Amino acid sequence: MYVVACIKQVPDTTQVQIDPVTNTLVRDGIPFIVNPYDSHALEESLCMKDRYGFKAVALSMGPPNAEATLRKALSLGADRAILLSDRAFGGADTLSTSNVLAAAIRKLAEQDEVGLVFCGKQTIDGDTAQVGPGIAVRLGISQLTLVDRIEHLDFLARKIRVRRKLEGRYEIVEAKLPAMITVVRELNQPRYPTVPMRLKAVQSDVDVWDNGVLRLDTNSIGLKGSPTWVSRIFSPERSQGEIVGDGLKDPSGTARDLVERLLARDLLTV
Amino acid sequence: EEAELARKLSAYRGVWVFIEQTEGEAAKVSWELLGKGKELAEARNCELAAVVMGEGVEELCRQAIGYGAQRVFSMDAPVLRHYRTDAYQRGVCALVEKYRPEVILMGATGLGRDLAGVVATELSTGLTADCTGLSIDDKGNLMQTRPAFGGNIMATIICDKFRPQMATVRPHVMPMPPFDAALTGEVVRESVPVTEEEMKVKVLKILMDGGSGSQVDISGADFIISGGRGMMNKENFSMLQELADVLGGVVGASRSAVDAGWMPQDRQVGQTGKTVRPKVYIACGISGAIQHLVGMQDSDVVIAINRDPEAPIFQVASYGIVGDLFQVIPALTRKLKTLKEARSGKRA
Ligand SMILES: Cc1cc2nc3c(=O)[nH]c(=O)nc-3n(C[C@H](O)[C@H](O)[C@H](O)COP(=O)(O)OP(=O)(O)OC[C@H]3O[C@@H](n4cnc5c(N)ncnc54)[C@H](O)[C@@H]3O)c2cc1C
Ligand SMILES: Cc1cc2nc3c(=O)[nH]c(=O)nc-3n(C[C@H](O)[C@H](O)[C@H](O)COP(=O)(O)OP(=O)(O)OC[C@H]3O[C@@H](n4cnc5c(N)ncnc54)[C@H](O)[C@@H]3O)c2cc1C
Repeated sequence: MYVVACIKQVPDTTQVQIDPVTNTLVRDGIPFIVNPYDSHALEESLCMKDRYGFKAVALSMGPPNAEATLRKALSLGADRAILLSDRAFGGADTLSTSNVLAAAIRKLAEQDEVGLVFCGKQTIDGDTAQVGPGIAVRLGISQLTLVDRIEHLDFLARKIRVRRKLEGRYEIVEAKLPAMITVVRELNQPRYPTVPMRLKAVQSDVDVWDNGVLRLDTNSIGLKGSPTWVSRIFSPERSQGEIVGDGLKDPSGTARDLVERLLARDLLTV
Repeated sequence: EEAELARKLSAYRGVWVFIEQTEGEAAKVSWELLGKGKELAEARNCELAAVVMGEGVEELCRQAIGYGAQRVFSMDAPVLRHYRTDAYQRGVCALVEKYRPEVILMGATGLGRDLAGVVATELSTGLTADCTGLSIDDKGNLMQTRPAFGGNIMATIICDKFRPQMATVRPHVMPMPPFDAALTGEVVRESVPVTEEEMKVKVLKILMDGGSGSQVDISGADFIISGGRGMMNKENFSMLQELADVLGGVVGASRSAVDAGWMPQDRQVGQTGKTVRPKVYIACGISGAIQHLVGMQDSDVVIAINRDPEAPIFQVASYGIVGDLFQVIPALTRKLKTLKEARSGKRA
């Protein structure tokens, strides 16, 4: 039985900037990290491996340098790491991204059953939270998003019971396996790599699958398979406001000035 | 080829808003979207419709009309009682295939994002996440503006070759439309294309998030007074509570303050917390990291109190006070209390 964790390599968010001339994202020299939520997805797949002896597979679609992300997964204990990389996959929106990831999972399922697919709640770059649901639909499996606790896994009955964290409420949900689960940070505490595992990871292979392996219709992948595209990128506007009084020397006078301004704008109901 | 595309796209008409409900109560963002949807529908000279699904949702249909829907597509059945991905997915997809809307909007909530992702995939169309701005051109292409990279950049996304165009929209960004009980509209009742036996998922229990005095929902408040690492400790938050009490507001927090255990997680404002849009947001001892700003920068008025004049929070502040919060806040609370007493004295 396979448990799959989908992990994406992302730039360290706070450092992304826009080139004022070309109006595109400056990506050079930006350090990459594993999408933080995906570390929790990976951890959960490793917990399943520890507890039930399943094989943990880490899956990532990205450019060749995303191999680093997968090597990290191996150093943490993943049994297999697969990089889905092909020029034809480039420029993907979430529809074509989920197409490629789902195809890879189907391919894995030819070898052994895939019982669970873990994804992060969302990424910190694209931020859409759409890839997980896309995978679930394409595989026709149960979908459980925003899971913060796995309450029970009954393998014989092929059922899983989880807690989902929504706005102002929790849901306890039972679903049939296989299932696609997106995870939030509260689910677990990611482990650190051990030295022997890190050494082993250096020697292990990261499999690379291109579209020669997946054989997807080229109209359904990459830029061509993406209904959405980014027409414009810009920095958020910031309105410059007013500095009121001298708060350091005269806190009480400043407070009075502020209250006056709020009264003038009819903002106080006191 | 262009003519062929135009012909394909013109088969889709109308703006739809999915009305999200839990236990019969609508999510506020759904009404906000009817307000925005009305604007888009007028620009396209087409109809604004609401999709209402659940069990016993007659009242919700009426409410949707009162908020501006001209038509309501309703599916009412026990199998839809609790939101479940597969049931709602099949319901919405069946409606789309039958009526072919040009635009579908859903709230960018946990539920909305769960549903939008599967519907768009099933329909093989584009979906833009978490929009904060929407407009439409004369060809019917939706300009969908959204923050990405944690709010560091904004992107305008287009889906010009596929229909319907789908977007999830962040709560509290679009203004709430007025409710008018006199408005009329048509309710179209559709049968539900799924049975309980086909369901892969069962909702066993819904637990409302309560306990430990944290029932306060900051996302609905008019006044939010938030504290950050500059508050120094948990006890000092009582100072913010006092100010909040005078203003009739609630206390929020930055992630640093939450991580330090000074405030519960449900008070956190920002990328990994809540998005808020109060009338007045007062940031006390918060530096203004981009992940915090994305959660509060749409507030009507932002007040920043920080001793560091270079703190980025001042860039989004309507009113900034450079000073020691431990002096400014008590002074502010005192002023407001005096004002309140003077006013109630006048009234008495
Ligand atoms: C500025 C900007 C805005 C964008 N807006 C949109 C938009 O509105 N709609 C749209 O369809 N596309 C959009 N995209 C494209 C989108 O970011 C990419 O398709 C991306 O490959 C996947 O989306 P995500 O990063 O949002 O992932 P999410 O859907 O947020 O990811 C959820 C989970 O899916 C898994 N996952 C996602 N990507 C991969 C991967 N490559 N490999 C392995 N696992 C993965 C991870 O477990 C992740 O935690 C945008 C891109 C940019 C640059
Ligand atoms: C993926 C990701 C998601 C995140 N999500 C969120 C989120 O949702 N919400 C969020 O808030 N953060 C989030 N963060 C964290 C964010 O990057 C910042 O670390 C955090 O917002 C900083 O909190 P702060 O402003 O309280 O603390 P600091 O940055 O330490 O700022 C403290 C401020 O207090 C001022 N100060 C200190 N003493 C006084 C005094 N006596 N009087 C006046 N001013 C004083 C200082 O000048 C300083 O500006 C996220 C980060 C990441 C990487």
